[in-house]
Amino acid sequence: MPRSEMMIEKGLTLVDAINEALYQEMERDDRVVILGEDVGLNGGVFRVTDGLQKRFGPDRVVDTPLAESGIMGTAIGLAMAGMRPVPEIQFEGFLGPAFDQLVNHAARYRTRSRGAITVPMTVRVPVGGGIHAPELHSDSPEAIYAHQPGLKVVMPSTPYDAKGLLTSAIRDPDPVIFFEPKRVYRSFREHIPEEEYTIPIGQAKVVSEGSDITMISWGATVFQCLEALDQLPEDVSVELIDLRTIDPIDEDAICQSAEKTGRVVIVHEAPKTCGLGAELATIIQERCFLHLEAPVQRVCGFDTVMPYYKLELEYLPDAARIVEALQQVAAY
Amino acid sequence: MSPTPTRSRPASNVRPSADLPDATLVGWLRMMTLIREFENRSAQAYQQAKIGGFCHLYTGQEAVAVGTLGALEPDDPVVHAYRDHGHALARGMDPKHCMAEMFGKITGCAKGKGGSMHMFDKPHWFFGGHGIVGAQTPLGVGLAFAAKYELEVLGTALSNPGVDPGAPAKKKVALAFLGDGALNQGALHEAMNLAGLWSLPCIFIVENNGYSMGTSIHRGTTMADDLLKKADAYGIRGEVIDGLDILRLYDAFKPLADWCRAEQKPAFVDLKTYRYLGHSMSDPQKYRTKDEVDRYKSMDSIERLAKHLMEERRCLTPAALDEMHAELHRIVMEALEFAESSPSPDPATELYSDVLVNPMPGMSPIREYVHGEKNPLL
Repeated sequence: MPRSEMMIEKGLTLVDAINEALYQEMERDDRVVILGEDVGLNGGVFRVTDGLQKRFGPDRVVDTPLAESGIMGTAIGLAMAGMRPVPEIQFEGFLGPAFDQLVNHAARYRTRSRGAITVPMTVRVPVGGGIHAPELHSDSPEAIYAHQPGLKVVMPSTPYDAKGLLTSAIRDPDPVIFFEPKRVYRSFREHIPEEEYTIPIGQAKVVSEGSDITMISWGATVFQCLEALDQLPEDVSVELIDLRTIDPIDEDAICQSAEKTGRVVIVHEAPKTCGLGAELATIIQERCFLHLEAPVQRVCGFDTVMPYYKLELEYLPDAARIVEALQQVAAY
Repeated sequence: MSPTPTRSRPASNVRPSADLPDATLVGWLRMMTLIREFENRSAQAYQQAKIGGFCHLYTGQEAVAVGTLGALEPDDPVVHAYRDHGHALARGMDPKHCMAEMFGKITGCAKGKGGSMHMFDKPHWFFGGHGIVGAQTPLGVGLAFAAKYELEVLGTALSNPGVDPGAPAKKKVALAFLGDGALNQGALHEAMNLAGLWSLPCIFIVENNGYSMGTSIHRGTTMADDLLKKADAYGIRGEVIDGLDILRLYDAFKPLADWCRAEQKPAFVDLKTYRYLGHSMSDPQKYRTKDEVDRYKSMDSIERLAKHLMEERRCLTPAALDEMHAELHRIVMEALEFAESSPSPDPATELYSDVLVNPMPGMSPIREYVHGEKNPLL
């Protein structure tokens, strides 16, 4: 779709970037179809698919009933037959009804059939808190899906990464869960190339280079980390890494940085116990043990159900908690 | 009162099976007998602990797979639940690959990774047995969606085994088999609603053997004597079909399948059948009487077809039948021998293969995955 004057002048939001990637992939490959609840006429609950049904018609941008198991199963069947479906699940909590299809079917067909049947499907899901929504609309379940072999899990934090990673995901021969951090859907704009481009799935990005502490995060929390860096009183050089892909994990990127700094802080929204931070900390101690100067610190959501909006900001990692962790790690 | 055009109609006098050549019907008898023999030997191999995991045998229901699939085109996509050996064989899978899969051997249809419940044969458009009750039915809807999309949007067929690039799309139907236990699963109802809503050529075939594991259908579902009401709820045409007589089955199913193909609409079949053996190999069968089982065995579909071919069509002699039995016995014994003598998957190359493509160095957890040997049925 042609860019609006606002986009030309001020850049694209995360929503604009995803919409542009969907548009371009649907233009490029007529096997790409979108299906989900209100994705067509209404353009999606967050308007991410706005305008696509008008351009590509109701056969390619399909409004479904509220039936996540049916949506996911149908998308898997489409993918098995050689299509490139991009189902949208409205909120991450609604992955629950589709969990059986995702974990018991999509993730396993390549292995179960030894490569004969594959599921080239991209599941788009808004994720995370910060928009004053209740639980089921504010959760961060990325570790649950990263735990399942056979799924790839992606979570970009910027419009540039979102467009490149979504394009890669749609072209990927395996099932990809593409988590979209809704807190930053429209929080800022970025100038990104209008022509199509890809970013390899599985590559982390160094947001800012540093030499004293490695800080690893992903999704909307990257911006809390940046805020913390602004507030950090000490003269400490922090290297901030945006993981971008949750699974597969870019082990080399995080270990190279951890070996350089010897001190690591991991920040994520999801509850602490069995969160992805636990896996990252383990990888770092397995590979970089003799380089470490301090225990790896985690700043996470708490081990509780995501609270309603009055307590939301108490739950989410904020700059103050991150600063505290950075100071502790630096002083160890 | 509004009419209910989706209801089953009275049986017509149309007998499509009467026009079929003798060879086709003898082929059905051969396939049904092959499945019976295959399952008997599977049971033995399971008892000898040569087959691991679970094993759900199809004995008694053979007419269903052979009769319904016999009414389809070979490239109509099919999905099924876990009682799937018969369907895989009826679709054309080599009994050797099927048996070796159950033995967990590298020569199995999925290189010994899927097992009894997960037969896959893409060249024969068999998209798998599935282990979760009812969860395969939305996949059938997706396969039907893809077929209709090929026809109405792309115009050309999607890339699949045996399909020439750029070949024109044709009218297809997708078959989603399920057991009567799946009638009570949410996924089926989502799938039927989508198929009805979008008018997709998906036929839901309930292989109604009367029991969901150990629970009789009357204890498990509403309107057990009138299942078509469930299809009515989704605007889907339904038929009750006798699954104990393959000729009657074909005569009722073929026109229905032809209608689905021509009209590109869904259908629902309450296909009455019966399994002679337990739900799986470990089933005490306290839920039914031996008399009941014997009553159904006295109406055996294989014996009935053999009698028809010998006494009415007079195209099969007792000697030819004996010869057929001997040949099928040999084929199944060869499959057993093939499975037994095949190597197990090499953990060095197979344990981490085929999880994802594009293994990337330096990344967890797929760092150690490799792409496996090409699947023999790919």
